Amino acid sequence: MERTTARRTWWKTVLGLLFTALMLFPLYWMVNVSFTQRDAIRSGDVFPRHFTLSHYAVVLHQQLPYLGTSIVVGLGTVVLTLVISAPAAFALSKLYVPGRRALTFSLLVAQMIPAVVMALGFYTIYTKLGILDTLPGLILADSTIAVPFGVMLFTAFMSGIPAELLQAAHIDGASHWRTFRSVVMPIARNSAVTVGLFAFLWAWSDFLFASTLNRDGGSLRPITMGLYDYIGSQNQEWGPLMATAVLASIPTALLLLVAQRYVAAGVTAGAVKD
Amino acid sequence: MSATVDRVPTPESSTERFGAADTTRRRHLRPTVWAGLGFLAPLLVYLAIFYAYPLYENVSMSLHRFTRATFVTGLAPFVGLDVYREVISSPLFWSTVRQTALFVVVSLVFQYAIGLGLAVFFQRHFPISGVLRGLFLVPWLLPIIVSATTWQWMMDADSGILNRFLGLFGVDPIWWLNAQHSLMSVTIANIWLGIPFNLVILYSGLQNIPADLYEAASLDGAGAWRQFWSLTFPLLRPVSAITLLLGFVYTLKVVDIIWIMTLGTGSSQTLATWAYGMAFGKGASSIIRYSQASVLGTILLVIALVMGFVYLAAQRRQED
Repeated sequence: MERTTARRTWWKTVLGLLFTALMLFPLYWMVNVSFTQRDAIRSGDVFPRHFTLSHYAVVLHQQLPYLGTSIVVGLGTVVLTLVISAPAAFALSKLYVPGRRALTFSLLVAQMIPAVVMALGFYTIYTKLGILDTLPGLILADSTIAVPFGVMLFTAFMSGIPAELLQAAHIDGASHWRTFRSVVMPIARNSAVTVGLFAFLWAWSDFLFASTLNRDGGSLRPITMGLYDYIGSQNQEWGPLMATAVLASIPTALLLLVAQRYVAAGVTAGAVKD
Repeated sequence: MSATVDRVPTPESSTERFGAADTTRRRHLRPTVWAGLGFLAPLLVYLAIFYAYPLYENVSMSLHRFTRATFVTGLAPFVGLDVYREVISSPLFWSTVRQTALFVVVSLVFQYAIGLGLAVFFQRHFPISGVLRGLFLVPWLLPIIVSATTWQWMMDADSGILNRFLGLFGVDPIWWLNAQHSLMSVTIANIWLGIPFNLVILYSGLQNIPADLYEAASLDGAGAWRQFWSLTFPLLRPVSAITLLLGFVYTLKVVDIIWIMTLGTGSSQTLATWAYGMAFGKGASSIIRYSQASVLGTILLVIALVMGFVYLAAQRRQED
């Protein structure tokens, strides 16, 4: 039985590999170009026949400050997102809150607001406050991408925590805060990882806020801006450009390797109710 | 918040505190309300400062005539809907709306069709299917700027791999990124970007269809094609509706993929990139036009709001 099904599905594996290869081809191409010598790039070899690491040598030195900034911004966004969204979700799912439906609806719409609109609003506010081109400003702006998502994901998960568990804590004399911290959050750890992961990825990938609220930030700009500098320059150097692109992809690759199931959980959350 | 522990609660009253909100309208309501608001306060403050206020600024700017000089002089006369009239009557507006519609609709149709095809393909497990499905996520999680630059290089007219590949079949090189073709090119890249999202959501929708339905259908002699059209597709409709709706919203607000590939030039200008260009004096619009940009922003905002209601209605129907 086992063997017949295996025989029946081997062609699906082949086909699946083919689809995946097709889908990931652009990424392969990026890596390929990043390892190809400058003179050979335009000949379009299918693999780096004229192999070189020189693009990385150039780029690593240049982009290091930007990479550092991106990590700081990413981590800052994660912390801010978690601190705001987890308690709010606890209130929405387990405590009585007036106007809960309206709030849930606003969070839904918040996720749909175009970032251009937000950026324009932020720009005038930041100009008044004088926090244009600063890291806290960018962290605040980046967190707006993740906070509504975080609240909704946490709320969905926390609604599933049995009420008996919280009652038990309550009977033992635990305050709401204590219950939240010592009962709810440990159970919701996986959700926290998912929310944090996406907050980091979105902050890391952000181009729009960085290019508007932080464009004159010098080396205090994220890696997306480091990459954008190359694109903006007149004669595009594709080797270093692609090497930078590869560097900017590392966190994604890493997180996918280490935390694939959290990623899958985040993608489906909110969109599909089971 | 610790003030709530004023007595040892009976199990019944604890249900009130932690349980469904609808039953709490009786006696011991107050402490929990305060606790709830306490936990909610950071979010409320946050939403007010970082959502409501920027949005208010945006709408307000669309009703005042803002110029670069406004930041120096502080003068921005109230002009009502004048700027709206100017923007909507400008010849660029309707062509941009048409391009935006084309970009959104074509992206959605292909993303959805390909995503669904792949979801059905992955529905039954086969060796390494999980790994391959995971790999399909990669394009979606990468920074868009990375994907966009890669596509830009692949679509290079002289030495891009796409033209090289087409050349094998005797096709003349296509100027992918020129004014005429840029809409098609950014749409292709955007379809590629959206496939993973569609795949994951539709795949999880498929997992919720009971397997015995398929067994019954196949006992009745329905082939794979028949099973798809009379079983999978109808049962997947609620999930499809939500996928397309979210896809619509995400596609409508896309800026970075287009901006990085073409700076929103030529036929690839959409409402979102136009607003971005005018707001920050980039690309085709080297002059900053805050008011005009915020008019477009407000239009996009209204569409988002409407879509929020539609989403809510769709989700309600799914629950029924």
